[in-house]
Amino acid sequence: MFELSRQVGAAGKPYRDTFADTLIDLMREDERVVMFEADLGGASLSTKIRDAHPERYVQVGIAEANMMGMAAGLSSEGLVPFVHSFGPFATRRAFDQIFMAGGYAHNTINIWGSDPGFTAGANGGTHTTYEDVALMRTIPGAVVADAADAVQMAWTLKAFAARGGINYLRTGRKESFQLYAEGSTFELGRGNVVRPGEDVLVVSAGQLLKDALAAADALDDAGVSCEVIDMFCIKPLDVDLLVAEAAGKRAVVTFENHGVIGGLGEAVASALLEAGVTPPFRRHGVVERFGSVGTPGYLQEEYGLTAADLVGTVRALLG
Amino acid sequence: MNEQTERAATLLAAKLRKDVLVMLRHRGYGHVGGSLSLVELMADLYAHHLRHDPADPTWQGRDRIVLSKGHAGPVMYSVLAERGFFPREWLLTLNDGGTRLPSHTDRLKTPGVDATTGSLGQGTSEAAGIALALKMKESAAYTYLIVGDGELNEGQCWEAFQFIAGRRLSRCIVFIDDNKKQLDGPTAAVLPGFDLAQKMSAFGFMTQRVDGQDIRAIDAAIDAAKANDASANCIVLDTTKGAGVAYFERAADNHSMKWNNDEIRRATDEAVLALEAQIKGGEQDV
Repeated sequence: MFELSRQVGAAGKPYRDTFADTLIDLMREDERVVMFEADLGGASLSTKIRDAHPERYVQVGIAEANMMGMAAGLSSEGLVPFVHSFGPFATRRAFDQIFMAGGYAHNTINIWGSDPGFTAGANGGTHTTYEDVALMRTIPGAVVADAADAVQMAWTLKAFAARGGINYLRTGRKESFQLYAEGSTFELGRGNVVRPGEDVLVVSAGQLLKDALAAADALDDAGVSCEVIDMFCIKPLDVDLLVAEAAGKRAVVTFENHGVIGGLGEAVASALLEAGVTPPFRRHGVVERFGSVGTPGYLQEEYGLTAADLVGTVRALLG
Repeated sequence: MNEQTERAATLLAAKLRKDVLVMLRHRGYGHVGGSLSLVELMADLYAHHLRHDPADPTWQGRDRIVLSKGHAGPVMYSVLAERGFFPREWLLTLNDGGTRLPSHTDRLKTPGVDATTGSLGQGTSEAAGIALALKMKESAAYTYLIVGDGELNEGQCWEAFQFIAGRRLSRCIVFIDDNKKQLDGPTAAVLPGFDLAQKMSAFGFMTQRVDGQDIRAIDAAIDAAKANDASANCIVLDTTKGAGVAYFERAADNHSMKWNNDEIRRATDEAVLALEAQIKGGEQDV
């Protein structure tokens, strides 16, 4: 069960501090948990994990393919590996290792891909992924999640540790916001209605929920009642919730820090179409573009992923 | 290695060579060259060095084996069948729909297979992860990693080797099956690998190069590797693709062959007869 924070939208604990603190806890509670890093410990703050649990911290160097294969092999001996790299290197670059040594061989790799989409910021287009969700969704049995805040991120990491298999979590590293109250719990495969509404349904995930909620407020002010679902678990998808909440709406819009091919939007579209629920629909995301450099704020505007952009899409769809 | 063990390993090698030929002739196609080049290594490992229990394939105290060149599945299946991990009848099901013996080794399908391999290069990292896990658990078990010379084209191998050597995983013993051929031709022509032993030494392995069809030489090299815990260990096996059967040694394209003509079928039958005679003699000796 979840409750919203009393300060929704306020600054939250940085994602990377949440990652390090949660892994340190997990490793204290469970001696099977092992952390792999590919020379980005200073960026992810997994150096804190190294200092707390040096005997179960594995530095592989700049070698993501080897890291994924090693994590898979290590899991076949009953240990529980977590790995980190920036989103593109944690997915695109080592995809076949995740797929074959991990998924196909029924091994476990828990992956944190940091700084997806525009949050790559100054690291630029070479370090940006708008495709990670699309790739990871294709792995049979994989869980793909995009956590909104510290509370949800910590819960998701713990759920991964208990699950086994290929589990992928994408979040930014630094700037975060508050959405959920401490102690909230979630369920893999279950979305959350974080804002009720009658006319329009917005389905989003991750950091963009802050903007989705701001857009919903703006629409409300203009007389359009807007519901917002946090679909933090993109796979498996909460089809029942989508079908129930989309039915009777005048418009459904998905809103993602990701390309429109293979992401949350396509997953939601497929589910609704197959269920025969077909309100006017738009995927609001990145269309046929690579990443580029700038501040996250600049990039969010450049790629059309602000609250104002979402409001525009909803209004256009309502006609 | 005492004489009795050597005789047992030599007998096992003849059985494996025969099994590989019988399997592939029955199936009508398959990876013959790189299976035959590994016969002596597999025979020595299973006759002497590799701790295993066919009745309990996942026994925690066992040594692990990662056949990264997973297309050599036929020789792996032959040795597992000979040791009793599964019924010999399975051998003739290679690549059948629903078989427990797929073309490339799969830990989910076959008792005695510790890693799923076939996408070349990937077994090196899996073995590194297994060896690291065993070290973390303070296990005395060895991890035997078998890599093809052509497979070393894959950059992932060198990432894994750097880790294995850099972290001194001395109980991960790396074998390179230097049979000098890969699918498209001689390894030196497809992509020159230079001096593999020198490369492995430069990476930090204690590296030995031995005649890979000589059981006694292989056995002594493994003894020496086990005695060295100051660094990671590599044994480069100087082998012949198609080893032990003149017809297959001579065949230019012996990576994967088809049993679609009388010549190959007759050569196989003759080799099987000769091996059966050798096995009969060996059994009397043992």
